[in-house]
Amino acid sequence: MPEPRSEALARTPLSAVHESLGATMTDFAGWQMPLRYRSETAEHNAVRTAAGLFDLSHMGELRVTGDEASAALDYALVSDISAIRPGRAKYTMIVAEDGGVIDDLIVYRLEDQDFLVVANASNAVTVATELAKRADGRAAQVQDRTSDYALIAIQGPRSAAILSALTDANLGELRYYAGYPSEVAGRPVLLARTGYTGEDGFEIFTDPQHAPELWSALTQAGQADGLIPAGLAARDSLRLEAGMPLYGNELDRQLTPYDAGLGRVVKLDKASDFVGRAALADRAGQPSQRVLVGLTGLTRRVPRHGYEVLWDGAPAGTVTSGGHSPTLGKPIAMAYLRADAAKLATDALEAGQPDGNGRLAIDIRGSAEPVALTPLPFYRRHEKG
Amino acid sequence: MSVPEELYYTAEHEWVAISDSVARVGITDYAQRALGDVVFVSAPSAGSRVTAGDPCGEVESTKSVSDLYCPADGEVTEVNLEVDDDPGLVNSDPYGAGWLFKIKLDSDDQPPGLLSAAEYAALIQDEEQ
Repeated sequence: MPEPRSEALARTPLSAVHESLGATMTDFAGWQMPLRYRSETAEHNAVRTAAGLFDLSHMGELRVTGDEASAALDYALVSDISAIRPGRAKYTMIVAEDGGVIDDLIVYRLEDQDFLVVANASNAVTVATELAKRADGRAAQVQDRTSDYALIAIQGPRSAAILSALTDANLGELRYYAGYPSEVAGRPVLLARTGYTGEDGFEIFTDPQHAPELWSALTQAGQADGLIPAGLAARDSLRLEAGMPLYGNELDRQLTPYDAGLGRVVKLDKASDFVGRAALADRAGQPSQRVLVGLTGLTRRVPRHGYEVLWDGAPAGTVTSGGHSPTLGKPIAMAYLRADAAKLATDALEAGQPDGNGRLAIDIRGSAEPVALTPLPFYRRHEKG
Repeated sequence: MSVPEELYYTAEHEWVAISDSVARVGITDYAQRALGDVVFVSAPSAGSRVTAGDPCGEVESTKSVSDLYCPADGEVTEVNLEVDDDPGLVNSDPYGAGWLFKIKLDSDDQPPGLLSAAEYAALIQDEEQ
């Protein structure tokens, strides 16, 4: 049932637009955000087959500048930030001294010593504070600029075609995980080819005052191509199909990047020391105690966050994210499995028994529903030849 | 929000259409909107005995799951198999093609405890506040 609305929720520059569209709004990380406009399944399918338009203005935008900005970020984050070329972006993480994940981030290198760090809404303040602390003593400034940015994402196979009508930017040359200043519909933006849906798409950072006009221009330009506005419900089902982690579900302070199968973002051998290095170096050499896996339901009941995974009827792990997959027409889940159970399930999969010969299940409100181990991601888009 | 006059309701957001001691049951327009897209309905099976106020099934949507509560005592005579094939009917036509199951009532009397359309409309107005 609908949650009571709190007066304290932050509104985005597009909140009035969502309300005029009749969106169902939800409280997300202190922000009043569109959950869905009409049907979240239709919104999900539009992104897979045409395009969807998202308001992501709740995301945290932190600007790191100064002569030693890159050195400060090399020390603050797990990746080799100095190696990012201007105009490119990188998916990375900030961890605590013990290696626990504080947040996952996208870092855009705008200029040689000018970085835009995009943090999850729920962690933006923590990340800003932590970055400032870690930059202390260096010629680098960290500013939380969240309220200076609106963020609109256009995602889906028709995105480039729709966007090309509104910009002179050469989208063919704008590669995945690249971003640069440009103009869309005559408004200055930072245009990036990034996303969280498993489809091609763009994220458009702009001044809040331009957001309503940009939203409207994109809506009109996309109408004939089947573009519709899409809410957080579709965003979550899209990223789950794409096997992308969500902070608070697959990632948290108790987990290292290695636990989430994302050890590739950690650059242990970079020139700079970094916070968490000793703990992560130690962890990198050890076998995993738990493994993040994909599971597909063999019945129609839907696994949810927190449900127990069973092997032979005994607890073997926990579902981190679960839902109905509109694209596959089946329930899907990501879960942490204990390493021994993951090994048994993987051996069974390799022997042609993805359901572990009937031994793999999820406890769905008291009933052991059989599931199949499924390599992530559940969905991968077809790349154009 | 549609609340048809001729139906009865439960506080748990089921609707009930009674005719000739048979109750047809579904979930309300308000409930389907709150749930979001329905992806699976687990209704009580035909032939099973049900008791008013007891949970007798589940409605799964993309984001959540909620219990179905039985509005009256009786025996389930029919389950809507079309909803099993296409759970989206619960969203697109909650009072029509999206009905869930039928109960042969134990008593010819009006089942106790059901809400009128006006009472239910007031209830959902309160919940929305």
